[in-house]
Amino acid sequence: MPSPALPRHRSALPGLLLVAPALAMVLVFFVLPLAASVTGAFATEEGRSLANFAKIADLYLPDILFTLLVIGLSTLLIAVFSLAIAGYLTLGRNPRAVALLRWLYRWPLFIPFIVTAQVLRTFLAKNGMLNGGLELVGLVDPATASNWLDGRAIVFAFVWKQTPFVTLLVAGAMTSLDRGTIEAALNMGASRLRTLWDIVTPQVAGTLMTGLILSIVTMMSVLSVPMMLNATAPTTITADIAFRINAYGDYGVANALGVVSLLMTSGFAILYLRLGLKERT
Amino acid sequence: MTRLLWIPRGIGLGLLAFLIFGPLLNLLLWAFAEKWFYPNAFPSDWGFSYWGRVFSPRGAAWEALGNSLTVALLTVALSLMLSIPAGYALARLPLPAKALILLSFLIPQAFPNLTVYVNIARIFYQFGLNGTIAGVVIVHTVHGLVLSVWIATAAFSAVPRDGEEAARSMGAGPFRAFRDVTLPQALPGLLAAAIFVFLESLDEFTGSYFVGAPDVQMLPLTLFTAAGGGNYQIASITALLLLVPSIGFMLLVERFLKADVLARVGK
Repeated sequence: MPSPALPRHRSALPGLLLVAPALAMVLVFFVLPLAASVTGAFATEEGRSLANFAKIADLYLPDILFTLLVIGLSTLLIAVFSLAIAGYLTLGRNPRAVALLRWLYRWPLFIPFIVTAQVLRTFLAKNGMLNGGLELVGLVDPATASNWLDGRAIVFAFVWKQTPFVTLLVAGAMTSLDRGTIEAALNMGASRLRTLWDIVTPQVAGTLMTGLILSIVTMMSVLSVPMMLNATAPTTITADIAFRINAYGDYGVANALGVVSLLMTSGFAILYLRLGLKERT
Repeated sequence: MTRLLWIPRGIGLGLLAFLIFGPLLNLLLWAFAEKWFYPNAFPSDWGFSYWGRVFSPRGAAWEALGNSLTVALLTVALSLMLSIPAGYALARLPLPAKALILLSFLIPQAFPNLTVYVNIARIFYQFGLNGTIAGVVIVHTVHGLVLSVWIATAAFSAVPRDGEEAARSMGAGPFRAFRDVTLPQALPGLLAAAIFVFLESLDEFTGSYFVGAPDVQMLPLTLFTAAGGGNYQIASITALLLLVPSIGFMLLVERFLKADVLARVGK
């Protein structure tokens, strides 16, 4: 008796062969160096030890705290601004203002970090337009004005560059929400701010967290911004890593700092995911 | 009461416009300023003499611009050579753990990449790849692969299967059917991927700094050096050169990346 016709089995081999070169690139030129950086963090001239980390604790503790502060503050501000902008795009009642905001907020999205750094070096300088604007409204006295080029400039740069990215994701998530509950809340007299916070935000929390975590990874990798906008100590870990390599060729400590930044990134990721879960339950 | 809402709305939008365009305008002023001393609100002398210096035959900008464009074009070529087959396979062919494969292209953007570049530079040094165009192209390609593979996958998924199946049933081989039927239809999406990769490469700093510099001078490195030397004009002009393609693309992106492709990215 002939067996019933089996569906023709299609081999996965052609597909795997076509994907293999691209996957190999990631493996050889990213995953392996990443592994090398982790093992390199424990390598010293006297064999495997924690000596590199002891050196970090000695030399770079203020910088680690500074990095935590800068990234944490930037992330918080990015979250607030992207929710505010995306919220207005979703709940705004004035169509012209919504259209204008939609056109306005995206500009920094495609501007590279290195250009952002140079742009803000001019804007936040002593004779930059920020001081000019503040003088105009009487908030700054030209005689005592100083520049903004320290940790504040790094935060400004990160928020300026990353807010449009997160806003784009969050606004996208908000447009796919069910308008019914939103309208119901508004009709029952909830203010738009209340509706944004109580009804809309919990539903887009997942997208917001994804955007924030991707931003954190980006901010933890950017070298040009701290090097160009913050000339004073303390500085970020990224600048320290570059300094360790350029000045001393010290791969041990540089890699150990890399491991610290990896731990920090995962710490932030876990923290924000936890907060996100709490918000949704 | 609601009639007065235009006041906070106007102030809010005005403030945002100032914070977004103020820095860009400030850069533009510096690019054409001959002299600008504190506390003058505007430059006291305007002109093009720094443009002349940047683009003088002996100026570093030509070399940097040439290198930047060479690296970016080669990066696009290598990325497409890797992503077109990968994207096609991910969109059309039976593959185990498809989601996992897609996700693994995100790895280069999911870990802080500074230390990775430091170690790549060290490995490349042993193979004579450090300080070469090829070395920089490899680093840029790996970083941009998530964009090109994901967009290519989305572009191929958006092409209906019937055309290719019809071509196959009329006797065309798999490659011929792909080349004549599927590839042309996926082209706008692939073009968008190419432009994303091009810009990503043009603007990349960290990898170029560790793997390329000082032998391979590129525009972001020129900008960085000029800024470090305190030359606001040269740095601002270089920044402007990098800014124009980025902004131009932002204004055009929606034309290349149609909604049907965009909705499939990352799926």
